This record gives sequence, C-alpha cells and structure tokens, in this order.
Amino acid sequence: MARLVVNGESREFDAGSDMPLLWALRDHLNLNGTKYGCGAGLCGACTVHMNGKAVRACQVSLGQAEGAEITTIEGLDPNGDHRVQQAWRELNVPQCGFCQSGQIMQAAALLAENPKPSDEEILSAMSGNVCRCGCYQRIVGAVRLASTGS
Amino acid sequence: MLTYLEDLGTLAVRKALDLTVQKVSRRGFLGGSATFALAVYATDASAFERWKTGGTDMPHGVVEDPMVFVSIDADGTVTLVAHRSEMGTGARTSLPMIMADEMEADWDRVVIVQAEGDEPKYGNQNTDGSRSMRHHIQAARKIGGSVRHMLAAAAAERWGVSASEVVVENHVVRHGDKSLGFGDLAEAAMAMPVPAHEDIAYKSPDAFRYTGKGEVQITDLHDITTGKAVYGGDVTVPGMKVAMAVRPPVVGGKVVRFDASEALALPGVVGVYELPHSIPPAGFAPLGGVAVVADDTWTAIKARDLITIEWDDGPHAGYNSDTFMEEMKATALEKGNALRTQGDPDGAFANAARVFGHTYTGDHIAHIAMEPPVALAQVQGGMAEIWAPVQSPYQARTDIAAALEMDVANVKVNVTLLGGGFGRKSKADFATEAALLSKMAGVPVRMQWTREDDVRHSFYHTTSAERIEVALNAEDRVTGWRHNSVAPSIVSTFAPDSGYQFPVENGMGHVDVPFDIANISCENGKAMAHTRIGWFRAVSNVPRAFAIGSFVGELAAELGRDEKEMWLELIGAPRTIDPAASGFPETYWNYGEPPGQGFDIQTGRLAHVLETAAAGIGYGKALPDGEGIGLAVHRSFVSYVGCAAHVKMVDGRITVPELHLAIDCGFAANPERIASQMEGAAVMGMTVALDSSITYRDGAVVQANYYDYDVVRADNFPRKVVTHIVPHDFATPSTGVGEPGLPPIAPAIANAVFKASGTRRRGLPMGRTI
Repeated sequence: MARLVVNGESREFDAGSDMPLLWALRDHLNLNGTKYGCGAGLCGACTVHMNGKAVRACQVSLGQAEGAEITTIEGLDPNGDHRVQQAWRELNVPQCGFCQSGQIMQAAALLAENPKPSDEEILSAMSGNVCRCGCYQRIVGAVRLASTGS
Repeated sequence: MLTYLEDLGTLAVRKALDLTVQKVSRRGFLGGSATFALAVYATDASAFERWKTGGTDMPHGVVEDPMVFVSIDADGTVTLVAHRSEMGTGARTSLPMIMADEMEADWDRVVIVQAEGDEPKYGNQNTDGSRSMRHHIQAARKIGGSVRHMLAAAAAERWGVSASEVVVENHVVRHGDKSLGFGDLAEAAMAMPVPAHEDIAYKSPDAFRYTGKGEVQITDLHDITTGKAVYGGDVTVPGMKVAMAVRPPVVGGKVVRFDASEALALPGVVGVYELPHSIPPAGFAPLGGVAVVADDTWTAIKARDLITIEWDDGPHAGYNSDTFMEEMKATALEKGNALRTQGDPDGAFANAARVFGHTYTGDHIAHIAMEPPVALAQVQGGMAEIWAPVQSPYQARTDIAAALEMDVANVKVNVTLLGGGFGRKSKADFATEAALLSKMAGVPVRMQWTREDDVRHSFYHTTSAERIEVALNAEDRVTGWRHNSVAPSIVSTFAPDSGYQFPVENGMGHVDVPFDIANISCENGKAMAHTRIGWFRAVSNVPRAFAIGSFVGELAAELGRDEKEMWLELIGAPRTIDPAASGFPETYWNYGEPPGQGFDIQTGRLAHVLETAAAGIGYGKALPDGEGIGLAVHRSFVSYVGCAAHVKMVDGRITVPELHLAIDCGFAANPERIASQMEGAAVMGMTVALDSSITYRDGAVVQANYYDYDVVRADNFPRKVVTHIVPHDFATPSTGVGEPGLPPIAPAIANAVFKASGTRRRGLPMGRTI
C-alpha cells in the first residue's frame, strides 16, 4: 500500500514503492495533467513539485515521495489562475500543449525560489523542459511576464 | 516594401489586414423562403467568389453541409464540429472561428466538439499536407453563412416580415425593436432549407469579426494550462489494462521464439501475446513482436524487460547508414533518370567555361512528438471503439477494421488532442496494436509506446544525397542547372520498392526549382529503402531546400557575389512559371492544387518574402567577427517563406540570436497562429540543422532517447524570431502554414554559419559546434 500527499490531500492506493511517481499519479490517482515524455528525466514533461521544488516525476519513486508534499498541475492553483498560468494564456504560449504542464510547473518552481530571475537564469532553469513544437520564445516571455508583470 | 507588411514579432497581434475595398453593386433580392439577401450584408458577389482547390479531389472531398457541422441549443450555445485533428497548428480553433464569424455567432458562446473518424460524413479528415485552411476555409464560410441565413429566415417567418429586413449580429437576430437570441430560433432555423452558395449574401471581409484578426485564443488554452486537456494517454475506460511491446529491431524481422515465463510470473500481468508481424511493404501495419498486457504502466514496463526473444532479422539486417550514405553520394554523381529537362542542359555543361558543384546530405529523422504514440482500444461484442491521437482518423479506422477483420461500420475512432504529430501520427500502427491486443486479451487495452519505442520504430524521414552542379560561362553567368536527388522513397512503405521517387516527392522542391536558368536538368538516382520511410513535416522539401539554399550561398561565395543578389538573380524577374513550357514532367504534382493564380509558382512572391526577411533583420549591416547573416527562400505547400538567420559563434558553439521569417500564404486567416507556426518552425529547423540524426547499425536504429537524439532547448534556441506576414485580401487563396516554415531554416543557418565561421557544412545535421 502506497501513501502520498498530493495537492494537499492524503491518498492511499495499491502500488509498490519502486513505482515512479509519474505512473502512480497517472494510473492510480487519475491526475493526467502530468505527462509521460521520456521516462528518463530528460524532457521535463512530467515535472511536479515535491516540497515546493521541481522534480521529474518519472525519476522519483513512491518510496522517495512518501511523506513529501506533492503538487501537480491540477493543484497549482485552485482556479487555475496562478500567475504563471495567467501569463501563459496572455501570451498564447502553447501549440500542441502536451509539454505545457511540465513547463508551467518548472516555471512556477523557479519563480517561487527566485522571484526576479534574469533572462539567463530563466533559460537555464527551463532548459530541461523540451517543447518539440518550439514555443520557447513565448515560454521565456511568459516566465518574464509572470515575474515582472511585463 | 515594409509598408505592405506587418512585423508581428512574438507578442504583437495584427489588428487589421490590408483589405481591398469591396465594390458595391448589390445583388437583387431573391424570392423563396430560404433565398434572400440580408440588407446589412448585401454586398457584391465579390465578397466571396469561390475558387477551385484540390480539396474536392481528396478522398471524400469537402463537406459544407451546416447540418453536419452546426447545432444550436435552446440556451443559444452554438456547437461547432472540428473535423481536422489538432496537433498544435490551431486548426481545431481556426476553422470553427471562420464558421462563427460568417454566422455572426459570439465566440464566447461557441463550443467546439471533435469529430470522430467518419469521412463519408465530414469529408476528408487527413490532417497533413498543410491543407486544413487551404481546403476548408471556403466551406467554413459557406457553413456559417448558411446558418446565418437560416436564423434570419426563421425570425422573419415568426415576425411576418421580409427576411431582407432582418439583421443578424453577434448572436442576436433583430428587426426594428424586436429581437431574438440564437437559442430562441434554434429549432426553427435548423429546420429551414439550407441555402445555396449563390443565394447567400456573405459578409464583406471588412466586416469580419474574428477571421484574419488573430485575436481568438485557441479553444483548449485554459485546459492546456490547467492540465485538463485530454491527449491519447489520458482516456480511461473501466477495466482498462496497459500494454507495452517489444518490436523487431530490424524492419521486416520476426519472432523466432520467445520466453515470457518470468514476465507472466510478475503480479499484475494479464498476459503476453505475439503480435502478427508485417513484411514490407506493409503500409501502416504494426511491425509485430511480443506484447505484455498488465494492470498498469509500471507493471507493463517491468514485465516487458523480462521477456527474452530470438529474432529473425530478415532482409534488412545489413543496413548500415554510414555505408549507405557513401553509396548514395556516389550515385548522385552519376546521371540519374531525367525528370525535368528544360532547354539543353547537356549542351550547357559541355560548353561551360567551368562547372561548379557540391553534394548535400541528410540523415534520417524521427519526429519525436512530445507525446509518444499511444492509443486505447475496446474491442468487444463485434464492435471496436478506439481513442487515439491520430492525424487521419478515418484511415486509422479502415486500417483497424482490416486488422480486426471487421466491417468499418463497427469500428469507431475518437480523436483526442495530439501531443504533436509532425507526420508520425498519420500512421496509426500503434492504434492497430491496441485494437489487436484488446481483441486477444478480451479487455480494453491502452497501448503505450515508450520514447525508446518511438525513436526506434518510427516511419522515418528519408535519408538523402542531393548533387547540384551549375554550368558557368566565361562571364560567370549560370547557363545550366543539374540537380540529381537520391533518396529512398516513401512509396517503399506501400508498394514494392523500385528505388525511385514518385511525383509527390519530385514536386517538393526538386522539379519545381523556380530559377530563371535557360537549361535545367532535374534527375533522380536509385536508392533502395531499408527501413520504414514516412513523412516528416515538410517532407522532401527539407533536404531540397537545404541543398539548393546552401548551394546558392556557396555559389555566391565562389563568384564573389552578394548572397541576396545571387538569390534574386537566380529567381529572376517576377513571372508565373508555366510548368509545361518549362519542361516539368507531365506528372508534376503541385501539392494537389489545380493551376490558377493562387497556386501557380509566382517568382515575384518568392523574391518578395526573401527581401522582406532580409530587410527585417537588417541584412547587409556590419557585424563583428564570428557573426553572420544567412538567407534562404523556399516555396512549399503552395506558400512562400523567406528566412534570414543571424548566427553568432560562441566558443565554437552555433547560436542564433535573431531569425526573421516572411511568409506569403495568401489570405492570413489566423495571423497569431501563423506566427506561432513560424516560431515553432524556427526551433524545429534549428534542430534539423544541428541535431537530428537517426543512424542504423546492422539494420537497427542506434539512437534511443533524448540523450542521443536531442533537440534544441531553452538554453540555445533562436532567441528572437520575428514573423512577417505578407497581407492579402480574402480573394487570394489561403495556402499552407504548418509545414512551409521549416525548409528554409537549415540552409539559412548553414549560410550564416559559413559567414560567421568560414566553415561550410554540407550534411544535415551539421552538429552543434564548429
């Protein structure tokens, strides 16, 4: 039996401690906003927050996640109006949209830790999140917008 | 020049298009219950004069029946059907947007539903070839205009007034001080006869509320940013299991024997099944192999690793891409089969003062959309229901019906959002796998591909060697052009392989070379396929634009000429190219479009986008050592795109601080999404230029995941991409957008790298460093 605190809620379900958090969220908790992209911590599509830090859910086992506070895209803001989400919508960032949950979670964690990042800090923080459609220019713009309001 | 253009940048949204003034010569009002004109929109018929497209020649053609695409609820909600798949281009929003505009529906009260795969009902749904807007913009207006008329007719009947006096505006139908909402009239309106095109008074384009403005946001934006958007792997049904497969490492290979005893012993494993193998040419049939079906994904992953398989690799086990490339380069140096002969190319080369030539190569490319292939199938009781992110849902449906030996009527394919497609998801082998396994296991099955599966079992962009030579006279003028294209053909996936390309490939940047050279020979040398060749965004245009664009840069350098002047001299005076008079083959394929001003090769439009991109970036300005601006221009999918790329070498690393794209795609229906497609093309184009290389050793793909098949990331992408959209009025047919941005990027970067570093790279990918 696995036990997790996700989006402020305590959840218990039948899974082994070696199961990656990603598959627990998707297959057992019906939290499908967290996406599978590579399974190797290389693309960032499964980025969630663990105790406020951005982690790749495919690289965190349930054993490691137990006792931690996990936040997924579904729990980032009760109304979906986190300033990063708002900035994303204002700049029409997504194309296909598949990587965007991970991008938004990465950006939100960056701004929580460093509210006024430099451009270089934004680029560095976001470089683990792949967007094959190529929305990077708007992603960087949206992180800046969420940070500075412009 | 720039007064005709708008510099969209990233964030700016076009406010208005340069529309020609509509002539005012009113149509007479027509009699009959459904044939009338509405005063407010009673413009000249030129408000919408229709033109022929290739859409009607596509399977199941174009359907423009409003009863198929529109329904209105009693509360006024307008539901519009999106029948094209959404993979990031915005088609799911843009076509309904045009319907809503012509209908005078308030976009905030529009709901979009996705069509299932049903081409007899919806018309062609094959979402590729940059065709959605090109083939369906007229139908969308017709659908919207029909419903507006039907609403007015219903109101007129209810009020006992002439329909010509009824005004339909922004979800309200009015006459004098009387007004009704769309919902009040819904039932009566949708029972009205559907008017013919000739009987519809269309909105004047300057009355467009949404079309051409770029201010409507994609319909899934909120769901995407909150994690609620539903992609292929997000659908669940009760009792669903998850499958993973081990597929033959070599295409055409098959299982000799396998041992699944350890996998079957793992708790949570439902069963292990051998998939039927396919022998090329197998179309979109699954490759075969062994699949495990388990309670959840993690169990399936672990169980899959426990299966041991002995393979018969089949006839392609000797495929080594390095050796193959050398063979293609040698073939390219010989004379190939003549496809296009204009003038006397042999004479031009025989009499040349000198010949200048180079060979350009391209490795295989895998699409690696962010969402790896995935599909859910529920096969039971003689019926099959599928949920899948597919570009061509009706093709998927017919493929699945054939694999299950079921009537197509008993197969339903629901289309989810696609987490990227780029051509890979035109081929629904993964959905067929899900269906076969659901049937075998007797439970609903989600087939989940891993990233490694995706990289190793794609339908790959072909590999190529393109040899280009020019004959130069004593004055260094180009008198002859020879281009021999050597590449395994897509046809090999569908029919016995002849080793030669087919008209669709030949038409993508090869025989349609738009240069004003007297003597031209376009040739094709033989190359056999040893893997599944498919299409990747922009297809054969990618290697051809790279070869031609790089060659123009090299020729300019060789002759001591300015690169832009070299391009413009080769393109020549503004003219419409007559294919027959220019030696084009009788089988010339122009993206499926008929001859006509909107679709012919127009060199003036080509030169214009080149000059626009060059002017936008400030081509010719002084740059420090280690920096350079390169140019390229290419026509594909009936659109024209010019690219100017600024490259800066940073510690030997290729960086692109600025890149301008100018696109002429006829009427720009949704400028904001056009800009986003150009920005995306710039990033993917830089990945193609620097990174994308699938190689083969002993028949199997070498690469596996992002660690050895990486893409451009936020730490090194074209930092400032500026899109310039050439304005046209509605009467200039809308052409392709999804693909044509990609081809000119890599050659522009290659030309800029040469200027910045002095090094010329003639193979794709070039690598990240010099």
